[in-house]
Amino acid sequence: MTTDTADAPHASLSGRLAELEAHLLGGDRRALARVLSWVESGDQRGREMLRALYPRSGRARTIGLTGSPGAGKSTVTNELAKSFRARGQTVGIVAIDPSSPYTMGAILGDRVRMTELYSDQGVFIRSLASRGALGGLSAATQDVVHVLDAYGKDVILIETVGAGQDEVDIAGAAQTTILVNTPNMGDEVQTLKAGIMEIADVLAVNKSDLPGADRMVSALKALLSLNPDRGWDPPVVRIVGTRGEGIDTLTEACDSHFEELRSSGRLEAAELARARQQITSLARANVLNRLHTESGEQRLDDLSAAVAGRLADPHSAAKAWLAEL
Amino acid sequence: MSDTATMTDQIRVLVAKPGLDGHDRGAKIVARALRDAGMEVIYTGIRQTPDMIAEAALQEDVHVVALSVLSGAHLELFPRVVDACRERGITPDNTLFLGGGIIPDEDADSLKESGFSAIFGPGAHTGDIAEFVRAQVPALDRS
Repeated sequence: MTTDTADAPHASLSGRLAELEAHLLGGDRRALARVLSWVESGDQRGREMLRALYPRSGRARTIGLTGSPGAGKSTVTNELAKSFRARGQTVGIVAIDPSSPYTMGAILGDRVRMTELYSDQGVFIRSLASRGALGGLSAATQDVVHVLDAYGKDVILIETVGAGQDEVDIAGAAQTTILVNTPNMGDEVQTLKAGIMEIADVLAVNKSDLPGADRMVSALKALLSLNPDRGWDPPVVRIVGTRGEGIDTLTEACDSHFEELRSSGRLEAAELARARQQITSLARANVLNRLHTESGEQRLDDLSAAVAGRLADPHSAAKAWLAEL
Repeated sequence: MSDTATMTDQIRVLVAKPGLDGHDRGAKIVARALRDAGMEVIYTGIRQTPDMIAEAALQEDVHVVALSVLSGAHLELFPRVVDACRERGITPDNTLFLGGGIIPDEDADSLKESGFSAIFGPGAHTGDIAEFVRAQVPALDRS
């Protein structure tokens, strides 16, 4: 087992990896696609590539889209991509769908709503399976974003899995988070709940040609009026994604939020928080993986039997397991 | 050797329908079956051009491109998808091409010559498709 260190920030790659890096930085989409696969799988080659590419990232704007299944996230992502493309900006899209908890298989279907972007070489779409992560993203999402950023995409749109109430990781992963709502998603109590309703920087009411849109908009506005002053009042934007209505307003709302982040100095603070969050989650995964050795698994079996048999409590057992490190 | 969970062997499959026929029941059944076999299936929907399919295969870096056509246009459409993929460096050496639909045996032979590893017609068992993919993917050149 090798132990990773934080040294060698300018590690130079050799052979095939150096060749791929050169192709990727030269705009080769196939090299980008292969590197993303390695990065996503946690492959050693992926980590070396990321180490080499990371210093080139940090230039892209990142926008997250979240909301319940069927709210129209993919459609809105498609429309936003077109809107940024119309301004001449290049776009990367990272679209996440859930993995089966039983087989780890997945259907990644977000592309169905994005087919009109396929012929545009200024757009690169990558579908990711959540692979067991629970917060609405996948463990590799940040790294995939870093690589698209280093590749030179101006704007990166991150579409989460269909989120319920508590999948809020996107707020830490993107600079601006859009919550896509639809009319008739429940009564106003839903808008009072903690969690996903709190993380939105911009609220979109999609399918706003349907009855109930007015009530949804006013419920959201009423909720927001109660928010403590965070230096930014999240706007509520009415859209009809399938017809592209309201998308320019939505894009402008994202711009305004980004400008506010930049002028208030909160952009740097958010970047620091993002870095901190990624380091801790990687460290957590690393510790867990080091516990899942053969002897660690054996110890876990014994401890599980003890806890199930009421011979030990779960907290003491966890502490005993960590002693395996 | 690895100290984080790796899923390097996670198989990614593109399921696409080229051409104009809108009958996607078979494609969806296969997508679902491959999902249940533990694969990640990128489903792109109906009415795709060869270029759209090839571009999706490129961006998603899939191991398998699985096509379904029920209109009888398979001899026309399937080879054009392979050509569009080849233009992008995606070849039968590094990617498995599978076809499905109402395809006579003699047509299947000709499709195999144009790069398809297997053709699955009506009555094919989804379990056999998953097994075939699993057996063939390790031989692909993914360097």
